[in-house]
Amino acid sequence: MAQSSALPAEQYNYDIVRKFTIMAMVWAVIGMSVGVYIASELAWPFLNFDIPALTFGRLRPVHTTLVIFGFGGSALFATSYYVVQRTCQARLAFPWLAEFTFWGWTGGVALGALTYVSGITQGREYAEFEWPLDIAITLVWVCYFLVYVETIRRRSQPHIYVANWFYLAFILAVALLHIFNNLAVPFSLTQSYSLFSGVQDAMTQWWYGHNAVGFFLTAAFLGMMYYFVPKQAGRPVYSYRLSIIHFWALIFLYMWAGGHHLHWTSLPDWVSTLAATFSVILLMPSWGGMINGIMTLSGAWDKLRSDPIMLFLITSLSFYGMSTFEGPLMSLKSVNALSHYTDWTIGHVHSGALGWVALVSFGSFYHLFPRLYDAKLHSQTLIYVHFWLATIGIVLYITSMWVAGIGQGLMLRSFDDYGNLAYTFIETVEFMHTPYVWRALGGAFFVAGVLVMAYNLVMTVRASRREQAALEAKLAAKLAKA
Amino acid sequence: MFDWLLWFTHMENSKPLALLLFFGAFCGILIYVFTGKRRARRLESYKYIPFDDEEPRRPELHGFARDNPRARIATQSRKVMDNE
Repeated sequence: MAQSSALPAEQYNYDIVRKFTIMAMVWAVIGMSVGVYIASELAWPFLNFDIPALTFGRLRPVHTTLVIFGFGGSALFATSYYVVQRTCQARLAFPWLAEFTFWGWTGGVALGALTYVSGITQGREYAEFEWPLDIAITLVWVCYFLVYVETIRRRSQPHIYVANWFYLAFILAVALLHIFNNLAVPFSLTQSYSLFSGVQDAMTQWWYGHNAVGFFLTAAFLGMMYYFVPKQAGRPVYSYRLSIIHFWALIFLYMWAGGHHLHWTSLPDWVSTLAATFSVILLMPSWGGMINGIMTLSGAWDKLRSDPIMLFLITSLSFYGMSTFEGPLMSLKSVNALSHYTDWTIGHVHSGALGWVALVSFGSFYHLFPRLYDAKLHSQTLIYVHFWLATIGIVLYITSMWVAGIGQGLMLRSFDDYGNLAYTFIETVEFMHTPYVWRALGGAFFVAGVLVMAYNLVMTVRASRREQAALEAKLAAKLAKA
Repeated sequence: MFDWLLWFTHMENSKPLALLLFFGAFCGILIYVFTGKRRARRLESYKYIPFDDEEPRRPELHGFARDNPRARIATQSRKVMDNE
């Protein structure tokens, strides 16, 4: 049975939450701007300017690292530290260790980006950090685990709320994935060889890669959803029992699905089939969770007309539903034969990353900021402006990538009557130019929305500081009179 | 003496065994979660935890929660202010 305990708001550690939310916004602006730049490079290659540090190969990992680990990671640190305190009604344990996680994580991400533009990389997708940074990140992660678990241990609530299950699964699984995928033999400070080779190496990489999506970009953000959707809606989650089934089914099924990234390779056929099977089954818990989140608004759908933050949260769940339908579809071997190695995959990733991860984070941040700074949001209108810029941007992005990817896939497998390839490679590149321009435009819309959000939040913080200063001045004047 | 352990090393044995174990565990969770009226009430009462630390603004109650005194108590006994 849930119970309450008396803890004034100032007894929670909001300082660390503020730091991570601000850094998340900083990384969002930088990382997404880099994304628009490299998207533009693909449409207009002269933007490389023959400078190695500006080429797509160097900047692409900068983009992915800054948005996934910089923006996404910082958003998860911020919200998990907030949610664990509020739902356990206990102050964050080991504040100095939590502080270390902030500086360690922020420094790690920044150093990672610097090493990539210098050409120092492991060459493993979403795990490009070289071994010294890998070790540093492991250390930060262990501290994160200690802070989180100890806070839960000190809780005033007898029950651990389900959002914390998702966050904890994310912390544990990411530790496991990070350590095993980065096992390497270093031969200098900036270079190493993977401990695995051949197909085992590929399998380890995509076991990591897919579960990074599953646990970093899905499970953890579901934790965010299970707290912020009910809070913003002002009503409890639709079904707590469904959330329990959602949790166990999701974390069990995700671990097996990574092999679908390696269909039609030297991966054993049974592994491929197993991965595709689990990917299809994954649709059920994914949609169960989506329905649970969306149905939280059951009986209060009018909030979608009056509350722009709710729009962000419910639209993010809709994109979650869409991309978790598209994923199992693409994991089927026959569909994958067309979609793999094309831009359809890029579109799919961004429907999840922009539509789900970014929108649920934005919605949660809009809920968080007034509480962290004890001030009303500067402008509700700007939240609507941000919402529409983001939604139009995502739609432009994913539709252009469907056109580019499916078109490219169809062209690459077309044969003439004599069995020769119907199109040359360069013809596919020419075909993709127009969708690439639209994709860059979609990305620009999305970044414009993020800039609007950053402005809105900065103005909120400034107003909060002004109010606080005025209040302090008033108090000082009263004291002087007395 | 431990020859029987070799049985587990054959993939044609260990794969269906793993399937049975995991599927059994999942069915067990399903049965646990969706049976028993008292357990159902207890589990559903946990969904009010995010509101326990709020000022006295009740979330709209609906469904069984409207008729459930324990769930109502959970929403009424908030002591931590939210600065909203």
